[in-house]
This record gives sequence, C-alpha cells and structure tokens, in this order.
Amino acid sequence: MASETKRVKGDVLLEMKGIVIDGKSDDKWNPIIRGVDLTLKRGEVLGLIGESGAGKSTLGLAGMGFARPGCRITSGSIIFDGIDLIAASEEKRRGLWGSRIAYVAQSAAASFNPAHHIIDQTTETALGHGIMPRDKAEADARDLYRRLQLPNPDTIGLRFPHQVSGGQLQRAMTAMAMSCRPDLIIFDEPTTALDVTTQVEVLAAMRDIVEQFNTAAIYITHDLAVVAQMAHRIMVLRYGNLVEEAPTRTMLKQPTQAYTKSLWAVRSLAKKERSSDDIVLDVQNVSASYGNHIKVLDDVSVKIPRGRTVAVVGESGSGKSTLARAITGLLPPSTGKILFNGQALPGALKNRERDTLRRIQMIYQSADTALNPRQKVRDIIGRPLEFYLGLNGADRDRKVVELLESIELDESYIDRLPSEMSGGQKQRVSIARALAANPEVIICDEVTSALDQIVQEEILKLLMKLQADTNVTYLFITHDIATVRAIADEIVVMHKGKVVQQGLKSKVLNPPYPAYTELLLSSVPQMDPDWLTGLLKKRQSAQA
Amino acid sequence: MSAIQLETRLIKGRRTLWQNIVRTLKASPNSARFGMIVMLIYALCAIFAPWIAPFPEADTSAKGMLPSSWTHIMGTDQTGHDFFSRLIFAARNTIGIALITALLSFFVGSTLGITAALQRGWFDQGVSRVVDAFLAIPVLIFALMMLSVIGKGVFNLIMILALLDATRVFRLARAVALNAVVMDYVESARLRGEGTRWIVFREIVPNILPPLITEFGLRFCFVFLTIAALSFLGVGIQPPSADWGSMVAENKSLISYGYALPLYPAFAIALLTVAVNLVVDWFLQRTSGLRDGK
Repeated sequence: MASETKRVKGDVLLEMKGIVIDGKSDDKWNPIIRGVDLTLKRGEVLGLIGESGAGKSTLGLAGMGFARPGCRITSGSIIFDGIDLIAASEEKRRGLWGSRIAYVAQSAAASFNPAHHIIDQTTETALGHGIMPRDKAEADARDLYRRLQLPNPDTIGLRFPHQVSGGQLQRAMTAMAMSCRPDLIIFDEPTTALDVTTQVEVLAAMRDIVEQFNTAAIYITHDLAVVAQMAHRIMVLRYGNLVEEAPTRTMLKQPTQAYTKSLWAVRSLAKKERSSDDIVLDVQNVSASYGNHIKVLDDVSVKIPRGRTVAVVGESGSGKSTLARAITGLLPPSTGKILFNGQALPGALKNRERDTLRRIQMIYQSADTALNPRQKVRDIIGRPLEFYLGLNGADRDRKVVELLESIELDESYIDRLPSEMSGGQKQRVSIARALAANPEVIICDEVTSALDQIVQEEILKLLMKLQADTNVTYLFITHDIATVRAIADEIVVMHKGKVVQQGLKSKVLNPPYPAYTELLLSSVPQMDPDWLTGLLKKRQSAQA
Repeated sequence: MSAIQLETRLIKGRRTLWQNIVRTLKASPNSARFGMIVMLIYALCAIFAPWIAPFPEADTSAKGMLPSSWTHIMGTDQTGHDFFSRLIFAARNTIGIALITALLSFFVGSTLGITAALQRGWFDQGVSRVVDAFLAIPVLIFALMMLSVIGKGVFNLIMILALLDATRVFRLARAVALNAVVMDYVESARLRGEGTRWIVFREIVPNILPPLITEFGLRFCFVFLTIAALSFLGVGIQPPSADWGSMVAENKSLISYGYALPLYPAFAIALLTVAVNLVVDWFLQRTSGLRDGK
C-alpha cells in the first residue's frame, strides 16, 4: 500500500500525558489510572503488563480515545498523530477507529459475529470506511491470511467463525484489524485464552505482520514471557500507577523496582522432587467417554504416590479434567479400575461410602463458581466438618477458625460472603474447605490459572506448606509448565485422551522427550526476548 | 479463648436482619413505597374485613340502589348490599383465593422444575412436554371449560388455576435451576456426598430465589386478574360471597345510567395490580443488577 512508504520509523505516533481515568463503582467515581504518561513511536511495540485491576486494559483503550462504559477520562491529553483525541468529536474518533487505530480483543470467538463468513467481517471496516472496493478488499484479506500463515488462505475466509480453531480465529481477527493498515493496533491479551502450542503460532504471526507493515502496537498482557517476545519496550503498571518503564532487554535483566522484581521472581519458584513407592491412588487402564461415542480417556494408567504431587499436563481437550472426574466418580469409567489404598473404588459416586468421599477432595479452577455465593465462610468450611466429622456449634466454629489460620486468613473472615473477598482469598477458602475433610488426596483442577502471578505464587506456596504439614497427596491438573516446575514431584503428560509420558519431574522435563512432550515443553514462552525467534528457526530447520 | 468471646467478636460490626430490612426500605424509590403502602392497606382490609366493614358481607337489610350517604358511603346495590362493605369483603375473597392459588402453583411448579433440572433425562422430557401442551391453550378458555365440566366452586377454581399457573412456574424454575445445577459448588456438594435435600434447599434454592420471588408477584397478579375475569363471566367466586369481578358484572349495566358503582371494584383491581407490579419492578432491579443505563 502507498501509505507504507510514507511511514517513517521513529517519529512519535501517540503521546498520552497525565492520564487520569475514573471508574464508577457503587455510584462513586474512583480513579483507575492515576496520572500515567505514555509515548509510542511509529513501528514500536509497547508491552503493558500488570496484574488484573492494574488498569492496563483501561490505559490501552484510552490510547484510542475510548473509555469503557462506566469509565471517564478526567484529565490528561491524548495526541494521536497530531490529532487531539480528547477534544475530537465522537464522530471524528469513530472515523479513526478501525481505519487508523485497531483493536484485537482477548476472545476472538466473542468478537466475531457467528452468522457471517469470516472474510465479510475481515473486509467490513475497509468497506465501511470506503477505503477500497469489495473485490480489492477481499484480495487483500486473502493476502493477509497468507501472511498470517493461516491454512488455505484462499478459502478459509468463506468459513464461519465456528468452523475454524481458536488460534486461527485469533489470527483472522488480527487480519481484520490489519485490513485498513492502521498506524496503531491495540492487542488486549490476545493469546491468553489459547493453549501454549497454539499460542506460539499466533504470537509468531502477529509479530511478523506488525513488523511487515511497520505498525505500532500496544500489547497488553499479564504474561511476562509473552511480552518479552513481542515488545520493544515494557511498562509495568500497578494500581493505576506506572511502576517502571524500560526497553525489554534492560527490563528483563535489571528490573529496578521491588514490585517488578517480585513479578520476575514468581517464575523461579521450584521444588526438589521426591519419589515414593507408597501408591495411594492407582488408576489402571481406565477408559471413559461422554455419551456412547466420544472417548475422552483411552486406556489411561497413572500411579499416584502418597504425600507427593503428581502434575497432569496437556492442552485443553487432552482429557486431564476427565481423569479427575473419573477418579471422583462423576464419570464412571467404562473399562479399567481405580485402586484407592489398594482397594477398588466403586465407579459411580453414589456407590461410594461417605468416608471414601472424605478422603478424596477437589479444588476447582474458579473459586467464583466453586463457592456458593449465598453461604458465608463459616458454612462453606464448616459443612464438611459437620458432614464428615459431626462437629457442631462452637466446636465447629473453633475448627473453622483453625483452618482459616492454616490458610493464612484471620478469624474475621468467618462471617464473609464470597463476594466480600478477593480472588486469592476465595481460592484459599476453597482449599480450606478441602482440608476440612482431612483428606488423603486433593485433586487440584487448574487452581491457579484464574489468578495473578503473585497470587499464584502465594497459593502454590500455601499448598506446599500444607503438604509438608499434613502429608496430603496432590493430583495437580494444569496446562502451565511453570507451575509444574514449581510444585510437582511427578509429571503425567496427556494428549488426546492418552498418557504420553509419566515419570519423575527431572525425567520428563529433560531429554530425551517423546515428540508431543517436546512440542509442549518447547512451546512454553521463556523470559528471553530471543526465545520465539530461536524456536521458530529451530522448527524451520527441523522441517527442512 | 472461649467460644462465647469468639462469637461476640465475630458478630460485631455486622448488621442484623432487621437493620438490613430498614436500610433497604430507606433506599427504596417512591414508586415501590407507594406500591408497598397500597399492598399493606389491601392486606389489612382483607384480614380485618369483619371489623372494618360497617355491614356484614351478605346483609341485605337496606333498600336497593340507595345513593351514597353517611350510613352507606358508596350506596347500596340492587339487592340492598352495602357496597363499601362488599368491596372490603371482596378483598378478602379475591386476594385470599389468589394468594392460595399462587402459593400452590409455586409449590407444584418449582418442585417439578427443580427436580427436572436436577434429574434431566426422561423425567425432564416427560414433564416438559406435558407442560408445553398446557401452555399451548389460553388459560382463561381452559379454565372456563374445566369449570363448566367439573363444576363451579372455590376449591375447583383454586385447583384449576393452580395447575395452569404451575406450568408457567415450572418453565421458569427449571430454567433458573438449570443455570445453578451446573455450578461447581453444586458438584462440590455432590462429591461431598450430600443428599438431594441439601443440594436443593441449601445450594440451589438460595441462588434462584430472587427470580422466583419476582415471578411470584407477577403470577399473583395474573391469577388475581383471571379470578376477576372468571367471576365477571359468572364461573368464579359465587354469591353470596363478595368479589370484585362479579361486583363489576352485577352492576355493569348501571354505568349506562350514570352510576359510578361498577367503577369502584374495577379500580380496586387495577390499583392492586399496579401496586404489586411497582414493588416487583423494584425488587427485580435490585436483585438482577439491572440499572437504567445511568
């Protein structure tokens, strides 16, 4: 396109000064962004990182002169390529959106209209702004699909959104954002919902296309390793304030602020593995399916040693959560058996004895749905005590307080509802509820994936401490290899309902790997800005 | 530390139920307050009718068609009933029957609805299809037909209307319960080994109560209007019991002669319907988190 040549790398494209943004909650305006400056040059990729609630999305959206409903930009200036976005009329801003500033959201599935072909949605902005005629726009879209390395670029646009995979849809969304060759793209957690193996392809495609067109980008994420691949410069936000800002390499090597250092440190959490021959739970040749046809577990055998942590890893759809459902009795296996302390567990939940149920507890990914919003902590943690151990009244309350102390919450939490606690606190309460039953095995289903990194670390530390105190066994289901490194003794790798590999952490995480394990491990982003480039090179040469 | 100490310390700083109610009422909008006051007056009339009304329900000692005076505030009807007294007694009959019917339909409808959501499978399919069949027939016509087949009478009236309304309640209860049963906390209770009673009353019902209560208000209105309509058509509440629908029907011809008589019971019906709706609106807005885009 003609405008490509006009673009000069290095001059300032976006300048935001003293940005203050208020958000409305309970009919009061509270600041979300408290005076942040941001400058972005043409062709530069800026990474915005921080925990949830740090204001990174709000700041990113403000870069296009947009405030979400319930938010307002109270002061500061936003100059985009000489245009004052705050002073500009709504109409003028809308003219810029889509054509010169584009936005790529976290969930492509929610952003696409399921009733229209992908290509119609890709070209919609270009046609709407009257930039080019339909045939040209469609040819251009196919070109973009090709550049984004989508399979069958000439025909994929004729599919509906539900007919392509999540990673492909995310790339199609990037194509949509690129259709008018914008000067600035805002990526808001574009790969967070994807599996690691898919994430690599999407990241590579996005980085590539942004480079090809010399587009400036703001990349919002909470994943440091991802931002290290994508951004030239990183800004760390916390509570709506800027904590630190530096070029990517400097930032990774020498973070100056304590908060930034603590973010970096999370990834270094590691546990020394220990083996054990005392098998508490022995899954033997278990197969299970939903309905009659879809086999989700295919001849799975796993041994879980007492007092240890066995991590089950794999991408979504690999059957790791189904394994948990088979063990808990929610989905009785069609063949195979599960031995618990050497005795066969009845397949169906209703045939198990209360004391057996007590010994196997479960913690869920999302504490929001795992805790009844109408029950107070007293009842949430107290119920297993009452149900299994027959504790009542003051005895029960005393034990609840004891449990609260063991999860590092004080007794004032006993009268709180789930809605009155933070995400990390809720997850702690979930842990306490499992502990209350005094179990032998706790199944942890993605328990940290909905949490911020610092909170994740706290929860993992707590789980390790509890294991040291009570010798409880964890079956830890996760897709996050960093978590596995941190807490596992043994690892089970699952793919398409089968166990690919099982063994001690040191064995599984070191070569020689089975092919799938290698793909999975190599796809985990590292805190090294050259990781993605290196990986792509290696995979290319392997193919050649 | 002793348990009692712990107890008092934990309770301190939290509001009691009564304080919560007062707080909520203070924050209520005027429309809801108006609705609540009207409902309260109706309820008092219904409960204390024999003490408030100047004449007994079936008293015909006065002459017919007397104009309003100090003894007969609204005058008398053709048979010599004191109209004002009839109006007050009618509150008792109409509201009482509507309330019993609504409660019954809720008991049946939500029990079936929650059970269907929990059980799924053939039970859900069976009940749902039967309900669909019922929903295809207009309530008033169906009720009219049934009443003429099995005979008039308060008991039959309540049974038929409760059954018909239970189908509506079933749909709602099943839908909201379906959303709740898939929650992890329900699964967690199941894994704990809890029985159905605990799962229904402790895990599911508290979470689906707000929409059900709202629906109850609306259902009550509909039942009450249906009863009035049926009475107007002559198959509802039977004389000598007073009732607004039949009072409108008995005196409807008078309106051509310039009497306001049939308007009083009609107004009574309209006012209560509006009042209940105002309160329900407010409740719905509070619990569903709907805001008017402000």
